[in-house]
Amino acid sequence: MSGAAEILVPGKAGEGEALVLTAPISFWGGVDPKTGRIADVRHPQHGEVVAGRVLFLPGTIGSSSASAVLMELVHNGRAPAALVLHEPDAILLLGLIAAREMGWETPMAVRLERGAFDTYRGTSVTVAANGAVTVAV
Amino acid sequence: MSLVLSPREQAIAAGRDGAGMAMRIVAESARLLGAPRLIPIASAHIDGALYHGDSGTLLAERLVESGASVAVRSTLNVGALDLMGCSRIRLEEPQRGMARRMMEAYRKLGCEQSWTCAPYQAGHRPALGSDVAWGESNAVVFCNSVLGARTNRYGDFLDIACAITGRAPDYGLHRPENRRARLIFDVSGLSPSFLASEIAWPVLGSLYGREVGNAIGVVTGVAGRPGEDALKAFGAAAASSGAVGLFHIAGVTPEAPDIETILAGPEPEAVIRVTPQMVAKARAGLSTAGTANAINAVAIGSPHLSNAEFDSLERLIAGRMLAVPIYACTGRHALALLEQDGRRKKLEASGVVIVADTCVVVTPIMPDLAGGVLMTNSGKFAHYAPGNTGYAVLYASLADCVESAVLGRPVFADIAA
Repeated sequence: MSGAAEILVPGKAGEGEALVLTAPISFWGGVDPKTGRIADVRHPQHGEVVAGRVLFLPGTIGSSSASAVLMELVHNGRAPAALVLHEPDAILLLGLIAAREMGWETPMAVRLERGAFDTYRGTSVTVAANGAVTVAV
Repeated sequence: MSLVLSPREQAIAAGRDGAGMAMRIVAESARLLGAPRLIPIASAHIDGALYHGDSGTLLAERLVESGASVAVRSTLNVGALDLMGCSRIRLEEPQRGMARRMMEAYRKLGCEQSWTCAPYQAGHRPALGSDVAWGESNAVVFCNSVLGARTNRYGDFLDIACAITGRAPDYGLHRPENRRARLIFDVSGLSPSFLASEIAWPVLGSLYGREVGNAIGVVTGVAGRPGEDALKAFGAAAASSGAVGLFHIAGVTPEAPDIETILAGPEPEAVIRVTPQMVAKARAGLSTAGTANAINAVAIGSPHLSNAEFDSLERLIAGRMLAVPIYACTGRHALALLEQDGRRKKLEASGVVIVADTCVVVTPIMPDLAGGVLMTNSGKFAHYAPGNTGYAVLYASLADCVESAVLGRPVFADIAA
């Protein structure tokens, strides 16, 4: 299984267990910046941890501080291994852009149709340097 | 369509100084958004000075050290500390020191020490049709919808980068064609008494955000003119339940004198007819505490309380003692009037905890309490308190919040849809 994805923000290629969110998430208030745990009790994936996972995001909502939370996750070594977004979210991805300006190593963010997300659920996923999203065997 | 920078913008972006860093952040965002160019902005509201961890402090200090300063009027959103000393913030060292360093760095960048999420009630009201770069989702939605100035939802760091460069990506809500409504959100099926009640606007905002997501809608069927605090509550709730950056209310907000003017096409793409059942469900969804017999605190002021809202609070408390504290969050702009005639002291003597420059969901103020129950009249607090404070939430009108704080247990007397 492989999807050709457009690179939204360049970064380090990554591999990790897929975490496919089934509802949009607000990073601020929704994800603990220290641990990467999904803290929003109303979110279907409440309790899951984004750190080291290939995070599939069907959409994002809420606060304009999402970027700060993502940059803090990067700084704390608790960022996802890669981010796969249905559409570019400039607020969230700013966290990666700013972290790159600080000279920190950031995961890659790529774009993929959310209709393709389900095929990655429960698998280990590689996001290659060219942005290809592949199920690792 | 790819981004084209002017020769001057390119030269700045090539620099190794803070202006260069800011220009690269703006340009990179513009590229991501598909903006063809950058446009000048008249002002900024900066949400990036709230401490979420050391990374934000380090970034702000890097900008200061590399000689950056803001090029346009820039107000600051809440920080993590109450610099006015009204309330005790439980943030411990080393986080406390890092939060203070962050606030100091933004001051050194030339930002105004407004420290409020309601800058539009603190004298920062950009002109109709002007381009600005604002952060903080409720401020963004108010700026676009109620003031008619043009901003996208600027995330942390892009806001300060825009302020330093005086530029923003030409994209989204900066372009008039993207500000037209595609959906109608019709509230004419609700009772006039409900629509006139205080809880109508935060509850409808929460429903609106969930129904429209990031689309632009126009609210119809509103008789009379909701006050500024009602519009503030509607926008804040809508921006926390959905990615709402702009709403219109026909006959009320400046770009929507009537439905025809603001609709993008001859017909709306969808009409959402709001029923009392939808409102009841949205209202129930704002509470996470099931049947609570007691409450531990009340929190109000998200967005920050205006002086008019403090007047209501005083009137409802009427000098009584509260059994549980009411945390009343506000900006320093509202404190001056409160200090007159000993009003603040009277409120505090009743058991109100005034919180200035910050609020209870962005920094630890309320005690850590397993199984704590918080009552609020704010759709935004209702949305964020469970994740950020650990308290379960009960949503109610301000009048019910005050009565419940007096009794220490939840009472609900307010009106149904």
